[in-house]
Amino acid sequence: MSQTLVVGISDYRVSRKPNILVTYALGSCVGICLYDKRLQVGGLAHIMLPDSTQFLHQHQEINRMKFADTAIVDVVKEMQLLGADIRNITAKIAGGARMFQMQSNTQLGSIGDRNVDSVKQVLGNLGIPIIAEDTRKNYGRTVYFDLSTGIMKVSSLGKNVLEL
Amino acid sequence: MLKNYEELNEVHIDVLREIGNIGAGNAATALASILDERVEMSLPVVRITDFDTAINALGGAEAMTVGVLVNFYGEANGMIMFLMKMEDAQKILSILLQGFDTEEESEEMTELKLSAIKEIGNILGSSYINAIATLTGLQINLSVPYIAIDMAGAIMSVPIIEFGSVGDKIMFIEEVFSGRENDLRSNVIMFAQIETLKLIMERLGLNL
Repeated sequence: MSQTLVVGISDYRVSRKPNILVTYALGSCVGICLYDKRLQVGGLAHIMLPDSTQFLHQHQEINRMKFADTAIVDVVKEMQLLGADIRNITAKIAGGARMFQMQSNTQLGSIGDRNVDSVKQVLGNLGIPIIAEDTRKNYGRTVYFDLSTGIMKVSSLGKNVLEL
Repeated sequence: MLKNYEELNEVHIDVLREIGNIGAGNAATALASILDERVEMSLPVVRITDFDTAINALGGAEAMTVGVLVNFYGEANGMIMFLMKMEDAQKILSILLQGFDTEEESEEMTELKLSAIKEIGNILGSSYINAIATLTGLQINLSVPYIAIDMAGAIMSVPIIEFGSVGDKIMFIEEVFSGRENDLRSNVIMFAQIETLKLIMERLGLNL
């Protein structure tokens, strides 16, 4: 029996076939789908911010699921616990929109872009190839990630569903 | 020292609620005169919630929503959002644009409609900010209004990212406005940086 597991904001889930991972209404946040095709094991992370390091010195515990740099590493580790081999992991990403047409030179206006850039950099550093993406632009996206097939479905209001 | 929203206590929340009350009072008056209709407002609610609950409180992540965003900055920093369901936005527009030639029944969001909605957001934002500035003596500026029509969750991701970087909860003051004769509802929500909340409390003679 296939289960649908919901991933919240600053959250991730790791599971295996035949389950489906879903995260709703990504705006400037980014959804990262990682998949080991051979094992049909995958994870979906919904990150909010690009980089945890600027918050580390504030003597606060950080939520590792909130940031691209920490969440992606943790998803990979959890997939490895289920037997995944990092050399077989591929990524599909969605989100990072600019929801309001603010100046892109402001912190707030560029956060979607900075999230996407950081996700790409972190994946690059881990040697994980991005094989599909639907990012940036100016609209929200819901992501369904089918662990039986590795297909990422992206649905947006008033647009056809993308199957990537 | 206040570090995140979870540390706000009952006294702070009372103060925030009162700010919401005064801001909303101004906003309701403005809205009533634009719409030429009696506008009722709820008691303001101060919510300190995790991110997903904040979105669900506004009718579900994927609900098609019209959002107008006004940033405030200067001595106080934060954001005011005016949110309504698409169908309520259409009702408000049909009242606002009576007499304009707008292809009456069209559901399409024309430039004229978009600017009308933006302008309401702008007026509501100013009503709130004037209340806070008067109360605290702080110098506060407002940005131009920005509009988005999309999933509620995607729209809310903007303030959540801005104010959710520290801690796992955000705070907002929420107010529901409803029309007397027409059945319409909208929400006005205000977010503020934690430093701004400290400053407001200080100005009002409360120590954090």
